[in-house]
Order: sequence, then structure tokens, then C-alpha cells
Amino acid sequence: MNAKQELVNKLQQDILLWQGFKPQGTMTEEMIGLGAIEKAFPNGVFPRKAIHEFITVLPEHSAASDGFIGGLLSVLMKDGAACVWISTARKLFPVSLCTFNVEPDRIIFMDVTLEKDVLWIMEEALKCEGLAAVVAELNELSLIESRRLQLAVEESGVTGFILRKDARKAISTVATARWKISPVPSVTEDGMPGLGFPRWKVELTKVRNGNPGSWILEWGGDRFVEALPTLKTAAWYEHTERQIG
Amino acid sequence: MPKRYVSIWFRQLLADWQLIRRPELSDVPFVFAAPDHGRNIITGVSQVAVSQGIETGMRAADAKALCPGLEVLDDKAGRSAKLLKGLGEWCIRYSPIVMVDDFSVDGLFLDVSGCTHLWGGERKYLKEIVSRLKSKGYTVRVAMADSPGAAWAIARFGKVTPLIAPGAHTESLLSLPPEALRLPEITLTKLRKLGFYQIRSFVGMPRSVLRRRFGEDFLTRLGQALGTADELITPLQLPVLFQERLPCLEPIKTRTGIEMAISRLLEHLCLRLQNEGKGLRTGLLTCYRIDGEVVQVSIGTSGATCSVPHLFKLFQLKIDQIRPALGIELFVLEAPKVDEILPGQEALWAGKPGLDDQSVIQLLDRVAGKMGADVIHRYVPAARYWPERSANRAVSITDKPTTEWHIDRPRPTELLNKPAPIEVMALIPDHPPKFFIYKGIQHSVVKADGPERIEREWWLDVGEHRDYYQVEDELGQRYWLFRSGHYGGEQRYQWFLHGFFA
Repeated sequence: MNAKQELVNKLQQDILLWQGFKPQGTMTEEMIGLGAIEKAFPNGVFPRKAIHEFITVLPEHSAASDGFIGGLLSVLMKDGAACVWISTARKLFPVSLCTFNVEPDRIIFMDVTLEKDVLWIMEEALKCEGLAAVVAELNELSLIESRRLQLAVEESGVTGFILRKDARKAISTVATARWKISPVPSVTEDGMPGLGFPRWKVELTKVRNGNPGSWILEWGGDRFVEALPTLKTAAWYEHTERQIG
Repeated sequence: MPKRYVSIWFRQLLADWQLIRRPELSDVPFVFAAPDHGRNIITGVSQVAVSQGIETGMRAADAKALCPGLEVLDDKAGRSAKLLKGLGEWCIRYSPIVMVDDFSVDGLFLDVSGCTHLWGGERKYLKEIVSRLKSKGYTVRVAMADSPGAAWAIARFGKVTPLIAPGAHTESLLSLPPEALRLPEITLTKLRKLGFYQIRSFVGMPRSVLRRRFGEDFLTRLGQALGTADELITPLQLPVLFQERLPCLEPIKTRTGIEMAISRLLEHLCLRLQNEGKGLRTGLLTCYRIDGEVVQVSIGTSGATCSVPHLFKLFQLKIDQIRPALGIELFVLEAPKVDEILPGQEALWAGKPGLDDQSVIQLLDRVAGKMGADVIHRYVPAARYWPERSANRAVSITDKPTTEWHIDRPRPTELLNKPAPIEVMALIPDHPPKFFIYKGIQHSVVKADGPERIEREWWLDVGEHRDYYQVEDELGQRYWLFRSGHYGGEQRYQWFLHGFFA
């Protein structure tokens, strides 16, 4: 039994290796600070050489996704590298990124009018090794286009984030992970009045070679903090599926 | 190298030009006239009219009396200058530095230093110019001397030979009249009154005496003819320092061919730039097609560079704009704008990543080359509280923040360009609203923070101040609301939604 388990583990490692997941030597350096969520990924490491997709239907969701990405960027851009943010109708307020420990002056915004141009810039930017990450606000993304982006990422190692508004077309891409970030009521210390730290329900709806799941996460000022799971039973839960429009 | 200049004098510029266009006028005496102080003054005379005794400067009415069949054509202001500019551009085949004679607008100057041997000597060179212009229909007189002034004088007044040997121009000037010095009429009258009919009679006089009598300009003109004073040469076409040409044996029609041409031109140009410690800022590729059309594409970089692969990529984005039609026979690559390049130290390992990373700058160049530079934005902090003005557009990639980013107050991750008006219900004045309706959906406020009052910058615009509230609804969605103006019965106020928190 023990030998069999070992063999299976060995085979799993081999398969991952063939699929391009290299075993990480120093785990602490590679941690992105997501805590338990990182366990959902293959090898237990947040994949940096990958495309991450965020489904944002409501403006509130895209604000939450922006915040979550901001938190990830603070780790990815720690070495002083720049980031490119491409969009057609940008609403992101650069100043707010300070909240997530990101210097807004290190983000290069590219505002174009056509989705086609967003794709072109994204591919070019993903090939650029001097960048830490590329964020693109995209709606239309076909399988072939996403595969091109994935190839560019694998070559350069730049992390790609795609913010998409249309949830229905979400199936047809090769993104490594698909996220859904929705806001959750914040909690203040000892029930003090006012708002607490931003708190989100982080749903990982698709992970290649990993385990999807759902977590409650809080931005604790300088890093992600896992919130108590008891909050799942709160009143907001019934409203998450509501339709607007 | 000793300087040599050629002066070309178009004796009947306007008449020759008219004859080329209308050959039927060859037997008819005709003149060009332009109105001046209410009279029609003759500005150009044809050869037939000259033989009947008509000169430029006469009145048209007098000339008609002398020669009854005279045809008077209208002259347009600036026509001679325009013609000379065209002829000068044609003459660039003889010398890169061609200048229009702006004293008497009827000739050209060519700086021919080091050019004549290509035509087999100075005599053959002059002969070639005269015969080529003659075959086109222009009668010219030319002269070559060590200074532009001397060449001008010999071309118009010389009687012996148009070719003045190096160093012999002073001698050849001596027997010429003072008109050969390009002097104004008032000085010429003075000279004639004093009996100076030849340059010989005053050239040896002390300079102080001449200056007292005729002024400083006279001495300058004399010096320019003798070659002791400098003459300002303003060439018609400024020679481009960094230019590469690639003539093709066969006309090029394919994309691959154009790419090869560009990469070969870039290799040569970048090598030259590198040797001189320069980097390219703007590049201009001119393609001469066999049907006579010229196609141009240009690129720009945000910093001086002489990297061939990078520049090639920038041109690659523009190849679609080149229409080869029947084929391109000549490619010319110019670098109109170059900058000093700082020699970067070769590093064994990659430097610290950042905004000034070479690959990032190259990416920005490519994006700017394809979509335009106004696509790229970057922000630096501004010392202001008003949310819309709290960040300034960075001018360049090297622009560093001058102040700190404000992090003391919470700011929403998404900010609406224009605050959206909302309907609210607030129980107590100056309290956050109980609920608000945005886009038809009612949100009841569970938690709130505020108010944070932000005053308008009265020196920039007028209007009410804003009281901002951070609110959270029952779903946990966080908004940034504000009330414009004071809460009160008579005063007008309105609630707005300005942003979404993470």
C-alpha cells in the first residue's frame, strides 16, 4: 500500500513536470501571501507563469477584483518592476492602489478604444521580461487568442491578469485559474462603528491541476488575512446569485 | 580643401520659362511687367524684345511705344524666386549645397568644392551645367571662382573666361565695373560721380577712407568678392547627416524584400551612429517607386537607441503602410533627430527591474509606434485633495514623483469619471444616508464612515464643497457617496455616487 502510494505520488509529480510545473526550490520566496488558497494550486504554489482570469459582472465585483489584484501586485512588484494595465474604459483610480502597497507611478496605463488593440498590447507586454505583471480588461477572448497569451507567458514568466465582464463565455479559454471576487460585509474590531478592512469572498472556480474552492479573505493593511469561515452563514449569502439589469 | 564656387546667372529667367511653356512665342517680342507705384514696370524681357532695345526697369507704356507689337504679360510676385528654387533643387545633382542668389533674384550659387572631378575637371563641369540647362531652354552664364562674390561678378560682367584659376580672382576683378560688387544703386551713383569706373581704381584705398565714404556694407561686399569676408550660405536642402541609401537592381514588391532592405539599411546606419556615440530618436524611411511616387513612413523612440532589432521591430509595424505598387527602386533611411547616447556599462547579470528597464522602454516604443503616444498614461502624485486632481499625468517615463502619495484617507479602487446622481434618504442632517437608489436599485446602508469634507479649489473652479461618506450596503458592497453642498432647507444640495471600494 505504502509503495503504491509512493508510486502514485511520483507519477503525479512527473505529470506536473511534463506539463511545465517546475518544483520550487525555496518555497518561502515564492509565496504570494494568499495562505490557504495557495494550497489549491499544483505543488501548493501560486502560478506566476500563468494567465489568471477574473470574472466581474457588476462594477462592485470589478472594484473588488481590482483590489485583490492590487494585493497580488504588491508582492509581484516588490523588486521594483513595472506593471502594465490595459483597458478600453478604465475606471481604476490610481491613487487607491496605495492602499494595497503598490506605488501607482510604477503602473503604466494603456487606454485604447478597440478590444483588438488590447489583445495586441497584452501579447507584446507579456513577452516583455522587464515587467512584473500585465492586467487587461477584456471581454472577448477566444480559445486561440488565450492560447497565444499563454505561450507568451510561458516564455517570459510575466504574470497575466484578465478582467472579464461576460461570465457566459468563460468556458472557452486556457487560463490557468479563474477567479470570482465578490465583496463581503467588513468586520470591525470589537464591533466598532464604521467600515473595516476590505473583505472578499474569493471563489476559485477553475484551477488547472488544482482544486477549486471558496474562501473569505481580508486585506489586512499590508497583506492578505484569512477571515473566519463562520461568516459564510451570514445573510449576504442568499443575495449573491441575484440578477441585476 | 580650397573652396570653389559657381555662380549661375539666368539672363532671361522669366522669358525662358514662358518660352518652354509656350514655344509659339519664340518670334514675338514679349515682356513681363508688374505694377509698381501705379506704373507697369518691366521685370523680364525676351531675347527678341532685347534686340529691339527694351530693358528691364522700363515702363511698359514706353516699351510699347518703342516696339508696337510688344506683348505684355503679367508677372506674379515671387515667381522668379519660386522658379529659382525649383532649378536649385534640380542643381543638387551637381553639388549638395545650392543657394538661391537673394541679392538679384536671377541666379544660383553652388558650393562645388570637391565636386568637379566627378565630371572630369572644372571646365567639363561648367560645360555640362551650361549645356544641360540650355537643352532645357534656359540661357545661362556661369563662372567659377574662389569666392561666391567673385563668381557672381565674373558670371555677369566677365569678358575673358568663366573659369578663374584658384587665387586669381582678385586680378580678374580689377577691370570690372563697380556694379559687379552687388552694391545698392545709391552707392553706385556715388562711385560713378567720383569717377570710379573700375574696381581697380578704389580697391587699393585704405579701408577707413572707404568706410567713411561708402559705409560698412560696401566694405563687406568688397571683401566678399575678394574672398576676405565670409558669405552666409543657406542651402536649399539641409544635408542630413545620418542617411543611408539602398538602390535595388530589381524593383522590390514583397514584404520580405522590404524587410530585408530595412534591416540592411538599419545595420549600416546603426553602426555609424554607434561609432559616433549617437542614438536615433526619429527615423524616416523614404521609398521611391518606379512609377515616380514616393512613400514615406516614420518611427519615433522615447529614448536614443541604436539597437537594430528594436528599430527593425518599430519599422515592421509600419510596413503595412508601404504600398509598393509596381515596385520600389530606392530606399533611403534618414535619422533626422539623433541624441547623444550614454554608453551603458555591460553587465554580467541583468540590472534591477523597473520603469527604465530597456525591454519596458522598447515595449512603450512599439505601442506608441502602432497606436500613438497618447495611448500611454502614467501618473505621479499631486499635492491636492480634490479626487479628480489628485494625480498628474507623467510627462515621460523618467518622470519621478515629487511628492508622496496620500495614503491617510481611504480612496475607492474604481472612480467614476463623472459622479452619478443618486436618490437618498437620510434621517438626520449631516448623517450618512439610510438608503440610496443607484441605477434603479435600492441599497440600504448598514455601515458608514464619514463625513470627509473636501473643499473645492476656488482658484480653479467654482461650486460647492463635497462631504464624502464611505458606506457599505447589506451585501457588503462598498461605495463612496458625497453630498454636494450644505444640508439645509433653502440651499440646493444633491447626493452623488463617486466610486466603488474594493
